[in-house]
Amino acid sequence: MKALPAFIVALVPATLAVAVAQGSVHIGVVQLAQALAGRGDDVLREIVWDVRVPRALAAFACGGLLALSGVLLQVLLRNPLADPYILGVSGGASVGALLALVLGLAAGALQLFALAGAALSAGAVFAFSRGSAGWNPYRVLLTGVALSAGAGAVVGLLLSLAPAAQVQGMLFWLLGDLSPAGDPTLALFVLAACTALATSRAAALDVVLLGRDKAASLGVDVTRLQSMAFACATVATVAAVLLGGAIGFVGLVVPHLLRLAGIRAHLLLLPLSVCAGGSLLVIADTAARTVTPPSELPVGVITALIGVPALLFLLARLR
Amino acid sequence: MLAARDIGIRLGGRTLVAGLDLELAPGECWALLGPNGAGKSSLVLALAGLRAPQAGDVAVDGRPLSRWRRAELARRVGVLLQDDTSEFWGSALEHVRLGRYPHAGATWGRDPDGDAAARAWLARLDLVGHADQAYATLSGGERQRARIAQLLVQDPAVLLLDEPLSHLDLRHQVQVMEALGERARAGRTVLMALHQPSLAARYCDHAVLLYDAGRSSAGPCADMLTRSRLEALYGCRLESAGLSIPT
Repeated sequence: MKALPAFIVALVPATLAVAVAQGSVHIGVVQLAQALAGRGDDVLREIVWDVRVPRALAAFACGGLLALSGVLLQVLLRNPLADPYILGVSGGASVGALLALVLGLAAGALQLFALAGAALSAGAVFAFSRGSAGWNPYRVLLTGVALSAGAGAVVGLLLSLAPAAQVQGMLFWLLGDLSPAGDPTLALFVLAACTALATSRAAALDVVLLGRDKAASLGVDVTRLQSMAFACATVATVAAVLLGGAIGFVGLVVPHLLRLAGIRAHLLLLPLSVCAGGSLLVIADTAARTVTPPSELPVGVITALIGVPALLFLLARLR
Repeated sequence: MLAARDIGIRLGGRTLVAGLDLELAPGECWALLGPNGAGKSSLVLALAGLRAPQAGDVAVDGRPLSRWRRAELARRVGVLLQDDTSEFWGSALEHVRLGRYPHAGATWGRDPDGDAAARAWLARLDLVGHADQAYATLSGGERQRARIAQLLVQDPAVLLLDEPLSHLDLRHQVQVMEALGERARAGRTVLMALHQPSLAARYCDHAVLLYDAGRSSAGPCADMLTRSRLEALYGCRLESAGLSIPT
């Protein structure tokens, strides 16, 4: 049991190495080492440094952000089934992105539209959930679920109105897809900042599990902590959605798997969820790229295929 | 230490407390008695600074509660709440150790003093065999003792307890009352809402009685726990409740 945290941390370099080694072009271990060191064949170096490394890091950032957001929302909403999309962020982002696709806008505009959609729905959830006595978990849940349902209806409308040629691109976006992820630097920075901020309040997050009044009596400014954690979860989810679309189940399942494995103190749970969620998505994305060459699967399909049985297993254990 | 002036509490259109003055000094052990719905829990929440009363104010060390920072106040005043609404996922020991939060918020998980205190109180309240058991799987009485142990680990100057004896069997009722009496003798201030006037008479030196319609009285047990006052308080004869208290 003592070795588990070290094992989870070790998963990060291991899965990243697998992701960089695997792909449509076969690269041997020696060639890979040379390319990573910036030597050897120019083409291989370009494939490794310009294609595979950014893609693997984007997958890690995306998975880490979703898992972090999941941990925070499960604590704050005091609901074990809360996931990053409960805030309506992915619904709003999907509407924005599909609107940009229907209008035939460029990739940069698509990101902007998705960001605007995500910000609008997160803003609406906050506006409806912040009462005089602080954050009301039930209102957050209800507003988030209602907005997601509304966004689902608009997405259905856009899909049925869109020309057939655009529908596949739209479906990939909706299912979660890292192929257009691009440069992961900003997302990695957001991941590092949000993880550091949330982990710095780890002890207070432990105390909040005791309930609002008890936590306040132990010296936690509950409303301020909730505001910090909601902001963190929202920024993390928006960054993840902009990177890879609505990739499901990472944020829901990863924190629970770690809790079941006995990691419950947030001081460990937060950073280890980031490591485990990131590694899971790196592996899922590597599978999405390589199991059906030359075409790619949306990575959201893979995470759901892993996530659904894992969730059912969890529910059976929790009964 | 903790002083309440002219406290008024209304809830759902009913007046629970009106014009109550209280002065709790170090070393005193107070019982808070009253029928169901008299406002005991509301008064405990107000004294702990968790709900502002509609009238009057509460001060700790002469400073009004509104002027205390939460983190600072948690070292002076601690509370045992009546409802356990927690979704705590950890073990009983982890639960009890959270009582150290006001003292060790930034020790990054390493707190040998806190561990020792938590284990000592777990042992004192017969929970030593349950230290590593998941809190959620403890029985109602074991959970209650773990929650009391958490408050004792917090070790504030003023301990406010809302029905500390609920779910407890006879042995553990006595055990908890003795532990709380000991804290009072060590210079802490204890106030607890109770439904057992006989235990109040045995272990407490002062009592607050909350009647209906906001009426209340407070003072030394010798003056408060009399037959006439208790029969008026609960609206029943003491003999029919199996109690014999000298008049």
